[in-house]
Amino acid sequence: MSSASERVAREDLVTFLNACHACTGQREFYEAGAEQRLGIEFLHEYVLGNYRSLYARALACGVNHFNQALIVANLLATGRRATPEQRREEGRLIARALERLPTQRAMHLFEELARRRVNNRRARAVVRDYLARARDPDFLAVKYRRSMRRAVSHAHAPLPAERASFLRYGARARAYKAELFETFRRAHYARDALYELPFSVAEGLAHKFGVPREVFLRRIEPRLTAGERLRLQGASAEALGRAYAIDPRSLPLTKLASYALSLPPGERQKRAAELDAWLAAAAKRAARRAGASFGRVACVLDRSYSSSGSSDKRKRPLALALAVSRFLREASSAYAAFWTAQTDDELCVTPLGATDLATPLLDALAWGPELVVVVSDGYENDPPGAAGDVVRVAREKLGAPPVVHLNPVFEARSFAPRGLGAAVPTVGVRDVDEVPMLLTLCLFASGGASLAELERHFEARARAFLEGGRAAD
Amino acid sequence: MTYHPATLSFEGLALGVPQAMGAFRLVPLLREGAPGDLRIAPRHYGRAPAVVGVDSRPLEPGIKYVSYVPHGLVVASTSDGSEAAFGAKLGREAGSCRGVNLLHRMVKGEGSSAAGGQFRMLPLHLALEGFLALHFGGPDVLWGEYSRHAARFGLSPRSERGVSGHGLDGFDEALRVFEIAPSQVGSIVLVADALAAAFVVSHPDDYRRLHRSLLEDFYGELIYRYAILHPETARAEAEPIDGARVASLDDLRAELARARRQWADFAALAAGGLAGREVRAERVREAGPFRLERFSTKLHPDEECHIGERIVRADGALEYLKSYRLSAAQVRRGFLLEALAASGWRFDEAAERLGSTRDELARRLQNAGLGYILAPGLLASVLRKS
Repeated sequence: MSSASERVAREDLVTFLNACHACTGQREFYEAGAEQRLGIEFLHEYVLGNYRSLYARALACGVNHFNQALIVANLLATGRRATPEQRREEGRLIARALERLPTQRAMHLFEELARRRVNNRRARAVVRDYLARARDPDFLAVKYRRSMRRAVSHAHAPLPAERASFLRYGARARAYKAELFETFRRAHYARDALYELPFSVAEGLAHKFGVPREVFLRRIEPRLTAGERLRLQGASAEALGRAYAIDPRSLPLTKLASYALSLPPGERQKRAAELDAWLAAAAKRAARRAGASFGRVACVLDRSYSSSGSSDKRKRPLALALAVSRFLREASSAYAAFWTAQTDDELCVTPLGATDLATPLLDALAWGPELVVVVSDGYENDPPGAAGDVVRVAREKLGAPPVVHLNPVFEARSFAPRGLGAAVPTVGVRDVDEVPMLLTLCLFASGGASLAELERHFEARARAFLEGGRAAD
Repeated sequence: MTYHPATLSFEGLALGVPQAMGAFRLVPLLREGAPGDLRIAPRHYGRAPAVVGVDSRPLEPGIKYVSYVPHGLVVASTSDGSEAAFGAKLGREAGSCRGVNLLHRMVKGEGSSAAGGQFRMLPLHLALEGFLALHFGGPDVLWGEYSRHAARFGLSPRSERGVSGHGLDGFDEALRVFEIAPSQVGSIVLVADALAAAFVVSHPDDYRRLHRSLLEDFYGELIYRYAILHPETARAEAEPIDGARVASLDDLRAELARARRQWADFAALAAGGLAGREVRAERVREAGPFRLERFSTKLHPDEECHIGERIVRADGALEYLKSYRLSAAQVRRGFLLEALAASGWRFDEAAERLGSTRDELARRLQNAGLGYILAPGLLASVLRKS
């Protein structure tokens, strides 16, 4: 392969991986949801058409769930184009990815397959195997009844007679032998049965029966999952006068950061000690899991007004900045954070003002770090383009340490997270757990590795992913 | 009218780095340590058109004008420099009748007069009223060139059009994504790098609240057209840092400061159509140390012309400003009317002053939409000739 085409290939792949870490097809501060979806879908088709085996192996590279589901759907829709070896590898990657996808993502993926009329033997087998291997298929049938019905009828998946009739008749049947189905049926007639159902199912029924919110929230409490408890903090505080107790150990760092920022600054201050301890513990866990350790790291963190995100992703960019900051604080031997508008207490940051990255960047360089990590959406406007310029000159003239840019926002117009100029490699980031992997990816992005190396790296990750090894995280 | 010459100074305000989005570039105006003795709050009037009594109450006989008034501003001030706050009257709506808002006067005192400086005003209407009323009385001697209607009723009915900010393509989005600086008290709106409007209030908190009200204001037809024709603003960049001049981090800091200065120069250039312009100002109201004025730059078809209103502190600091850029047709109308008035409405003299003939002047008046003040016979003969 000539070097020019190799460079194109490497850039394509880095672009794709970048996008797959940041984009979720949701509305962003600067762009609408439809724009985002259009951009990412095009990118998927392009990479699928040109680099099929790398496309499949992207499943092993920690790309976000939205993109994993999209990759699986696209692979299943175009099986005819793959060679037998490719198909074999894809099959295993898909099965492994599905196992690790959150259930709702998997179920929506199956619905999507039905909507796109992807109905080949392999797609049917994937759906069938997933349902056959599910830990509690009855529970799935109750919680995701509509999605499952659609998936099963589309894929002709065999079902035990009772589950089939449950999917078909729901509460209209006379009686069920399976306890959960029977509870579901009774809940349509008896209030008490309501509280034995999964929350998301019970909530709809409670609304239908006009159960007062405080009664419902009090009685459903034992059935809540950790994620639901976190989501219902505000609702429970309002209805019950006390927020649900949450177990911070069960929550990942990014979610905790999002939660902390969802509180009004006054309350954050009041609960500072508690929140701080939670975040620190979650960061320690994440750092231990990643097994990475960095030297002297400085972080430049963007808290400009645009970090408030969108109605789909409230304060998401700011939450990621906070999470990355806490993570690197734990994972490096020395650490300093420089926010675009200085703050004494990280926990109390709010989206504020214009984006001046150059000033904190200079402060960071003056601190003498070995690595500078910038977390920003890349819309720099005070003044525009200054940060990239500062890095370029500092690297050329002053022997400054490498500066990498993590961007939580995908820019559909350029099919990539918005960068800060040629001197700063930019990668998309969706979750703080990916940070060590992303820093490796930055090497590729900055042109430090060849396509062959990239392929080898992908292959190794795919192997580890299939073996369920830790490197796949 | 009692106009006096003045200079439109942006005293006490610093220009920030402009932010571009689509056709728009917004230049932030920054003010450190706003004293807070003049506060401005919005008041919303809904979608109904409004009848504004210029010299009388809205339901009594007198000069009226009908317009869409989307919002008003309530200005509260103290003369001893203490913090100004709004009284309980803040939420009270103006009286309305069959979906028409009745508003008494452009600027109206509110609350007990003893409490002093709180009044309500209709933003930009003050300025536009001044423009509309320009030589509104018409000819004071009935020269043969003018119609009887002009002699009897002056220029009535006089009307002008503007486009609401909602109608400007992409303006909503540009305002939404604009990142307001903590000390920002105003902004200058450029459309395809043409100065469209300036808006300044006294306190950063008020600006934050009123930022989106720029959408409710009206803009000239030129601005509307530019917003459609130039969907992307030209990219502007500071000169890149030259590595040869950098030997330490401090040098880099200096280079960054230089880039900032370049941006400030650019912003000053962009604001040049308003900042420092000679204007004619008319005092409308005084409250303590504050003076509410409306102003207009010289009206000339070859220049960029703005009208507006401002509140100036006794020491010259700008406390409030709202400007409107007149469209070319509006400038022509104002220009012709001024030329006529300056010649005592003597038609030949006015034509000479403009360096044209009687016929040409008549045609220009007709083309500018002022044909109705000319005698029908004169107009017909001119139109026949062409």
